[in-house]
Amino acid sequence: MTKTTPAFDEMAADGLVRGPYAEIARWLAATPAAALERRRQEAELLFKRIGITFAVYGEGGDPERLIPFDIIPRILARAEWEALSRGLTQRVRALNLFLLDVYGAQEIIRAGRIPAALVRQNEAFRPEMAGFVPPGGVYTHIAGIDVVRTDPDNFWVLEDNCRTPSGVSYMLEGREAMLRLFPDLCGAHRVAPVGHYPEELLETLKSVAPPNCRTVPRVAILTPGSYNSAYYEHCFLADEMGIEVVEGPDLFVEDEVVYMRTTTGSQRVDVIYRRIDDDYLDPEVFRPESVLGVPGLMAAYKAGNVSLANAPGAGIADDKAVYPYVPEMIRFYLGEEPLLANVPTYLCERDEDRAYVLDHLDELVVKLTHGSGGYGMLVGPHSTAEQRADFAARIRAKPAEYIAQPTLALSTVPTLVEKGIAPRHVDLRPFVLCGKEVRVVPGGLTRVALREGSLVVNSSQGGGTKDTWVLEDDPADIAAPQGQGQTQC
Amino acid sequence: MLSRTADSLFWLGRYIERAGNIARGMQVALRMASLTHGVARRDSAWRALLIASGCEPGFQATGAPPTQDAVVRYLAADPANPSSILSCIDAARRNARAVRTAVTVDMWEAVNDTWSEARRSTAATFAPDNLPAFLDWVKGRTILFNGAYGDAMLRHEAWRFVRLGTMMERADNTARVLDVHHHALADAQEDGAVAYVQWQAILRSVSAVRAFHHVYHARLEPRLIAELLILRPELPRSVVACYARIEETLDGIAAAHGGRRGECHRLVGEMHARLRFGRIEDIMAGGLHDFLTATIDRNLELGRQIQDFYLQA
Repeated sequence: MTKTTPAFDEMAADGLVRGPYAEIARWLAATPAAALERRRQEAELLFKRIGITFAVYGEGGDPERLIPFDIIPRILARAEWEALSRGLTQRVRALNLFLLDVYGAQEIIRAGRIPAALVRQNEAFRPEMAGFVPPGGVYTHIAGIDVVRTDPDNFWVLEDNCRTPSGVSYMLEGREAMLRLFPDLCGAHRVAPVGHYPEELLETLKSVAPPNCRTVPRVAILTPGSYNSAYYEHCFLADEMGIEVVEGPDLFVEDEVVYMRTTTGSQRVDVIYRRIDDDYLDPEVFRPESVLGVPGLMAAYKAGNVSLANAPGAGIADDKAVYPYVPEMIRFYLGEEPLLANVPTYLCERDEDRAYVLDHLDELVVKLTHGSGGYGMLVGPHSTAEQRADFAARIRAKPAEYIAQPTLALSTVPTLVEKGIAPRHVDLRPFVLCGKEVRVVPGGLTRVALREGSLVVNSSQGGGTKDTWVLEDDPADIAAPQGQGQTQC
Repeated sequence: MLSRTADSLFWLGRYIERAGNIARGMQVALRMASLTHGVARRDSAWRALLIASGCEPGFQATGAPPTQDAVVRYLAADPANPSSILSCIDAARRNARAVRTAVTVDMWEAVNDTWSEARRSTAATFAPDNLPAFLDWVKGRTILFNGAYGDAMLRHEAWRFVRLGTMMERADNTARVLDVHHHALADAQEDGAVAYVQWQAILRSVSAVRAFHHVYHARLEPRLIAELLILRPELPRSVVACYARIEETLDGIAAAHGGRRGECHRLVGEMHARLRFGRIEDIMAGGLHDFLTATIDRNLELGRQIQDFYLQA
């Protein structure tokens, strides 16, 4: 955010405290800075002891890092959440229908609503999936939709994550930490619980058991291993669901049936919640050199002996070049107007768009079409002339690899930083589960850019997290309390 | 349970036990070195520890002479030595991390805190003045870990595999400690005082000096020391006590698996029976060294059989 444009602060505006934050404002005003700092340290110790880490390799230093947790929660009133939740449900239904269609009749292409080349020549498109319908017709069972907010009434979808979105463990552990550290503060609010997420996830996974499964489905989570950045989460979810976390070599396929190796011999596996990329799933079908995957897995999948969540090929729906067409998908498949807006997006591949982007680099955010994690990104208003020149050259060389979006004035939430309490920009990743039905646990992962003015919330780029509270009521605004603890800066 | 999970739990138990055993061994070597005079004898205490811990070939490969400084560094901190205390802690934590879902929070914290603390160690940690405190700390941490799983873990498969690892490592260690000193126990001694220090050292290595006196009410004597460490079930670190636990644990796993048994079950039964009904007179008559070498070999074979049957199934 450039300093000239004031961002919408979710807690306070014009001497008024917005209703959901009334209690928090009172608490912050009444709590001395030193006490807050002490609680922050307690929270950090808690996370360190539980071992919640996020692995960042190849940058030197400690590869197992702790994501900073901010103790001031981010709060949404019931009405705000309900509107958001309806929009998320609508969006994920459309994304799944799109996937079913592009791997089926491709009606949306024939209707001219999305360019054929954009889909068929996209590297996220998996021709191997063409003509195959996964159980229940669901491709993306667990979707993470990143949304940002610019004012009280507008949420924007920044990107969809339909492959293997991570972060839900932070949502759950963050809540646990808050309940342990601030029982009174939590008790003073009617916060909708999130602790049942693992049960909902297990239900979702069981509901898409393969056609040939005639027992209670045995579910396992497939991880690339302990060096993966989200390994902690894989174990955490497996533990919460009471299922095994398996690596490729723990599984084998015999007569198109998947088994895991156990101390009692081999056991059949029916549903695999895979947290490894398509490319590594099965060396017989995808990358032959992969040692993370399971040879024969795809054959077992297509024979209806195992279900994979999310389905291979789901990535075509969250591709950044496909993203601008999601509102069109909603109209095409559901006959509805989108409830959540897309951020206007320029595809550098298009001549007109590219010309505009190159002329306005200082205003735009430029992203890699296939990138993630906040790597390889240019935030125009914060960039140097040199960086802009570098990006301009890269865009000219490989236009299809870049998209650009206007720099949004992301909302801010009070955050405890070195200088005291200060507004910092946030986003939100709610998790949408899609099996026989669509379920959204109230809340999600709020990521916060801890550096002053920064708009990049990714944990690999110095972002932190906050607990996200969805209230079960809609409190009214109050006048801002005066107090000793608050040092706005 | 996944075979890989069982494998990690087994090695978690083994590496923690090994870290503790190396620390005990170093405490004893330090003591012996300070009790004996003359450089040659001092170094021999450290050489004995290298052999007992199975680290001698690795150490020789470094080309360093077996001085106290060099051996301490190699056994406590050398990342190239897979059995150094720091390597063991690292490996234990790696295994624990690989099976986070199968260990309790207390166990994880015991391992993870040990690891974070160990990572802060510097060369100064292993300097002569600080070494005793470090070794006490390591011993304390292994006792904490053993308590964390012994006290708070559900008696199911995961607990059995950790325990199996602990006991396999412990049996191996006791046999090796005895074997490296078998000369002191078998030969007519040229110097009574030196032998006595060695006998004490053996008992100290398995924390059994007081236990000896409680059991025998007698002066230290090779035959009794060997009996205590090999055949007396009331000493928790005796070979027979470890084998009783290993057999019990393997039987427990088999029972939980509907009686599925393999060569490891037969072998442990045979080994335990031999120890349970064995007599120290016969062992000494047949040669203590031969008996111990055979025990160490059979223990290795048992490890291989457990690996084949459960851990790499």
